[in-house]
Amino acid sequence: MSDPLTLSLNGICRSFGPVQVLHDVDIALHPGQVHALIGENGAGKSTTMKIMSGYLAPTTGELTLNGVPVSFMNSQDAEAQGVVLIHQEFNLADQLSVEQNIFLGHEKTRGLFLDKATMQTETRALLKRLNCEVDPSARVQDIANADKQMVEIAKALSRNAKVLIMDEPTAVLTAREADVLFEQVEKLKADGVAILFTSHKLDEVKRISDQITVLRDGHVVSQGPASDYDEDQMATAMVGRDVSSLYPVRAGEIGTTAALEVTGLTVPGFAEDVSFTLHKGEILGISGLIGSGRTEMIEGLVGLRSATGQVRLNGDDVRFKSPSQAQAAGLCYLTEDRKSRGLLLNKGMRENLTLQSLPDFTNWLIDHTAEEVALTKAIEEFDIRAPTRHVAVGNLSGGNQQKLLIAKIMLADPSIVVIDEPTRGIDIGTKQQIYEFIHALSAQDKSIIVISSEMQEVIGLADRVLVMRTGRIAGEVSGADMTEDKIVRLAMGLDAQKEETV
Amino acid sequence: MLTADKNKHTKNMLLDLKVMGPILALIVLVLVGAALNGNFLSAGNVSNVLSRSAFIGIIAVGMTFVITAGGLDLSVGSMAAFIAGLMILVMNGLLPSMGAGWPLVMVGLLTAIVAGTAAGFINGFLITTMRIDAFIVTLGTMGIYRSLVTWLADGGTLSLDFGMRAIIRPIYFDGILGISWPIIVFALVAVIGELVMRRAAFGRHVAAVGSNDQVARYSSVNVNKVRMMTYIFLGVLVGIATIMYVPRLGSASSSTGVLWELEAIAAVIIGGTMLKGGFGRVWGTIIGVLILSLIGNILNLTDGVSPYLNGAVQGVIIILAVILQRDKKAEG
Repeated sequence: MSDPLTLSLNGICRSFGPVQVLHDVDIALHPGQVHALIGENGAGKSTTMKIMSGYLAPTTGELTLNGVPVSFMNSQDAEAQGVVLIHQEFNLADQLSVEQNIFLGHEKTRGLFLDKATMQTETRALLKRLNCEVDPSARVQDIANADKQMVEIAKALSRNAKVLIMDEPTAVLTAREADVLFEQVEKLKADGVAILFTSHKLDEVKRISDQITVLRDGHVVSQGPASDYDEDQMATAMVGRDVSSLYPVRAGEIGTTAALEVTGLTVPGFAEDVSFTLHKGEILGISGLIGSGRTEMIEGLVGLRSATGQVRLNGDDVRFKSPSQAQAAGLCYLTEDRKSRGLLLNKGMRENLTLQSLPDFTNWLIDHTAEEVALTKAIEEFDIRAPTRHVAVGNLSGGNQQKLLIAKIMLADPSIVVIDEPTRGIDIGTKQQIYEFIHALSAQDKSIIVISSEMQEVIGLADRVLVMRTGRIAGEVSGADMTEDKIVRLAMGLDAQKEETV
Repeated sequence: MLTADKNKHTKNMLLDLKVMGPILALIVLVLVGAALNGNFLSAGNVSNVLSRSAFIGIIAVGMTFVITAGGLDLSVGSMAAFIAGLMILVMNGLLPSMGAGWPLVMVGLLTAIVAGTAAGFINGFLITTMRIDAFIVTLGTMGIYRSLVTWLADGGTLSLDFGMRAIIRPIYFDGILGISWPIIVFALVAVIGELVMRRAAFGRHVAAVGSNDQVARYSSVNVNKVRMMTYIFLGVLVGIATIMYVPRLGSASSSTGVLWELEAIAAVIIGGTMLKGGFGRVWGTIIGVLILSLIGNILNLTDGVSPYLNGAVQGVIIILAVILQRDKKAEG
């Protein structure tokens, strides 16, 4: 490794038009340290990272590298000087191999031709350094998310990154994959790389960071060594109020009549022989590792995938061939992927809100007035905060997109809702609101299934938790048995007697 | 799409080239035409331009829906030629038994509509159910229909019986209140198309499917059905355009409807519909059609530029339109 670098932001301000999003931000990234940048959605984390890595220029203030003022012309310039940003959404070409991706745009050549041998050797060396087992010639679309993350890091290292900025690196990783990532982060630290990362998972922030900066509304509200913070203090600093009671207290009564009975549901290749019962007014959690078939099982249930098995809805035998049939019967599924399956990002809130229940607004022609009334009601009821009513949905923050998505599903007035990852990538304040919505729905006698990778979330929300493992129900926990330990053991297929080894 | 328009209107209506561009271009063309030739704005010339625009215009309205839903149809020109040939063959064949008269004309019209519906269905079926790329499917059917009409005409021209021609002629040349039927039908198709695109659930679904078909699917929209309907709708409109076309010449040959598909697609793009789908506007397409036919008309009426350069001027206009409408964000 060549000389380590210290990257500092001094008094950075940034405005978009009349709106100032960063106020006097000071952050220093030191070699061999992990710096966590935390804050609610819209607090200015992304803008800060983009300024650090040359994607945006500050309005005022200066950046220094080892004390020398610099201004990056663009992200390539920043990369050339050793500062690399790894985006939250992977920036990899799916059809190309791992090796081709690592050297994309920086291919080694010998004369006119590619120097494949050198690139292959270097790729192996980089991956070995990261302890990553992936085959350099595997196509990126065929490898796991955690490996993709490693490839991104390898790519950054191949550019000789000395300051590595990672935007929510663990958002799409399972707990175990995240562990692997953290091991690599430790190695990079030891190599003298300066690292900044963002995350909404405060336990990981606590675990791997040395320094913490908390942003709120574009201001640094708190900064210091990680040892000075516990998770509660971080959350309080982010939100500016006490959030110790994140999960609302169960108010509604859980019914005893079955709303949905599923027997022997099989989705070929994803889920096998799944049986469960959901009661009226109940919140049923479904947990399990990513890839355990949770989402696919439910997609089979609502007619998005072909499936076999018996389904009884309010006592009637049903079989859904399409989501519109499921919706007509009062069963709706809210996708985990709000950006590519949930919302039309280039359309406005009105079109998105009513898309699922457009027939209710149509009598020959669409009734725009009724749509606007529905939008006003949804904005109020779900506290959607948008700059204007006509904003393209892609410009809303993740939390507001999620609220709009919930409003859209609820407009179809289902009696049973399946919510997949209700709070992925959402700040803690909005999370709390969404939990309250979910409770309010169950209090209206609606039955709810919550699928989540976050153990705390299923435990905090659900009355009962089903744990899936490799396409099957591995077990069910309820009441005092709903502990993280029990769920993890079921999800990993560990015997309850054995010591936890993973 | 309506909100977007509204939003922009409130912001800076005059500066927004995306909305105003095609309209301004049309106004400029009209002014240029009027300045160059006194006859340009005469009732005769205006009526002539509009009647000739009607064929492409009717097809382009259907093409707007197909493209907005993220599809494409290259087969419409060949399809029109094939339907025209079929219509003539059917009428000629039934002439001995039915005799020349309006009942036989009705059979001819029905043939065109049924054939258009069927052709649209075949395209739609291959694209949706068989999941073949729209470009490939319609490239294939384009060749098939073109070849079929050449074969039916045995390499020459299919001509409608002389007596029938006289009966059918008024469909192109007559009208009400001095407005010819093609113009009336074009206007009706345009108004209905605009209403459906802007205000009907179908139009909203078309835009949703073109914008992101996964989101549409997860929102209980039957994506395949919506796509299928756009191709059938276009097929029917090709049938209607052919009904307007056959009375004009009373014949069909392998050179009928050549390049209509490209003119229709060009009109859609000039009008501001996005080629990759997700956003479409029928009124823009109408303006696009008028711009393309005015260019030809102006070049014919003036001496300065050779009418042989018509294609070149049209090409420049198409590229200019897309440059003006391109997204500023798309920078590397």
